[in-house]
Amino acid sequence: MTQVILYNVTNGLIIGAFYVLMALGLSLILNLSNVINFAHGNFLALGGYLAFTLSPVLGYWGALLVSPLLTGLIGLVIERLMIRRVYNRDPVYSLLLTFGFAFVMQDIARYVWGPNGLPLGLPDFLSRPVSAELFFITWYRIFMVTVVILTVLGLFGFLRYTRVGVRIRAGTLDLETVASLGVNISFLRTFNFALGCMLAGLSGVLAAGQIGLNPNMGDDLLMPSFIAIIVGGVGSLIGTLFGGLLIGMAAALTTVFFPTASEAVIYAIMMIVLLLRPRGLMGEEGMLS
Amino acid sequence: MSADVTTAAVPASRQLAVPNWVRLAVIWGLLIAAPYWLPLLGGYTALAGRVLVFGLAAMGLNLLLGFTGVLSFGHAAYFGLGAYGAGLTLRYLVHSTPIAMLAGTLLGGLAGTLFGLLIVRRRGVYFAMCTIAFGQLWYYLAYSWNDFTGGFDGLRDFHREPIGFGPLTLDITAGGPQFYYFLLAVFAIAVTLLGLLVRSPFGHTLRAIRENERRARFLAIPVERQIWLSFSISCFFTALAGTLYALLNNFADPMALHYSLSGYFVVMCVMGGMRTFWGPILGATVFVVLQDYISSMTVNWMSFVGTIFVLVVLFFPRGLLGMRRQRSSE
Repeated sequence: MTQVILYNVTNGLIIGAFYVLMALGLSLILNLSNVINFAHGNFLALGGYLAFTLSPVLGYWGALLVSPLLTGLIGLVIERLMIRRVYNRDPVYSLLLTFGFAFVMQDIARYVWGPNGLPLGLPDFLSRPVSAELFFITWYRIFMVTVVILTVLGLFGFLRYTRVGVRIRAGTLDLETVASLGVNISFLRTFNFALGCMLAGLSGVLAAGQIGLNPNMGDDLLMPSFIAIIVGGVGSLIGTLFGGLLIGMAAALTTVFFPTASEAVIYAIMMIVLLLRPRGLMGEEGMLS
Repeated sequence: MSADVTTAAVPASRQLAVPNWVRLAVIWGLLIAAPYWLPLLGGYTALAGRVLVFGLAAMGLNLLLGFTGVLSFGHAAYFGLGAYGAGLTLRYLVHSTPIAMLAGTLLGGLAGTLFGLLIVRRRGVYFAMCTIAFGQLWYYLAYSWNDFTGGFDGLRDFHREPIGFGPLTLDITAGGPQFYYFLLAVFAIAVTLLGLLVRSPFGHTLRAIRENERRARFLAIPVERQIWLSFSISCFFTALAGTLYALLNNFADPMALHYSLSGYFVVMCVMGGMRTFWGPILGATVFVVLQDYISSMTVNWMSFVGTIFVLVVLFFPRGLLGMRRQRSSE
């Protein structure tokens, strides 16, 4: 029983880590630009597929480094060409735009890499288990969680200590004032969008090592990421972080007792939070409302 | 139920040369004659039925989206609940079409009414995000509750029953024009109700909220309550469309609950013109016919549908009817 619970706790940690990476990217874009990026799951898949294509050339480590950057770059181009046009319009347009774009990206992935699942090769030592008793914990899982922790620390450090990071946080609170102080918010939003896509790309590479690649691999992560943001509270990245971990853990622990309810439990958490604390656990009052 | 129940302060009928009754006559004439002219264009009667069903769902959504200015991206949930409610009633409870429709409409509408209470204070994208997430709950429920809902394969083993008693029985079990006219009759009643609602004082307060929420609040309009009512009513209409969907196909599938269908409803409203009363049915016609055509031509229909979304947003944000209105007011 201890092993079963331990197994599911590790699982929850890993699932939660994915939700966190994905939701942080979504949350960054949502906070600054007021856009829900429906294509976020497809940027995740894109990151994974790019790693698949690049790893024969660059090796796994090279691909791990380069493909998130490439994903971010593609995000940057898309933002410049399309998303930027709908910032000052009714939110219905940005939703429809990214929604349509998600369809196109999924079809492109299916066309280029095929509709069937693909594996992403890992370096040998990563796929070995830690020990005989803990056979279900491979080094890869530990590595994955470490990367996520380092990335999250890096992101928060970046937002706290760099000039651009501070501007992004300030823009979250009051974009007009930031603009009137002479900050180029058009550049800021583009950079921020690319940063969000980069996080999605990174989670794509990491996820591909664990569950393999398929064109709609991001879809299953998109809804939980939305819920992580709602539970954590819109406008708060720390809230998103805890929201992601909370629902990841809750889903995994429910699997121990009621396997069929593991999807439902995260929705139940969302409803309870909306009922008792409508702005989310750590949300700012009045944010986006 | 006129076409000028829209945003313009000046009635649109005064700007346009076409009198109102002519426009209404054309719309209903086209709808009534659809089983006869659609085959000439390569369509079929069931396709016309789909246009009516999705059109009604989109018009229901548009009460919220276009007339209240509140964005729901989760209306497929109420559509799908309507479909499952009708299907489950027919399969497990009674073999009666009207009771199944009533049950489905109540199921979807009440789910929306209750959920509306939770999110009525949210606005903009936050509201949209809550509706999406809540909508997916039902998708997973239908997906994983295999024994009861049929899971991924959908709910089968039910079919629509004839309506009425004895000599007054209307046999709609066959797929032909008879069933289409039954759909059209339900559609007409629902759309008349919607039209009356939009023109009523209640409908005017909704538009006031859309145009300027703060001012509406100062005018002592109970903004939260009106938005909640609007959400709830629009869910009832969409759920009614969902029950018709189940009757049309004799089938209910989880994709009727999926958020991509919510996206289709929204794009129908925007494509037709979400600030107009008749826009969504026009958008539904274009969307359903295009999707049917494209998916019979290529397996990559998703990129085409996605491209339609992108093109509509970038180049036709006011929609087909909205464009005409803009030109005529210049």
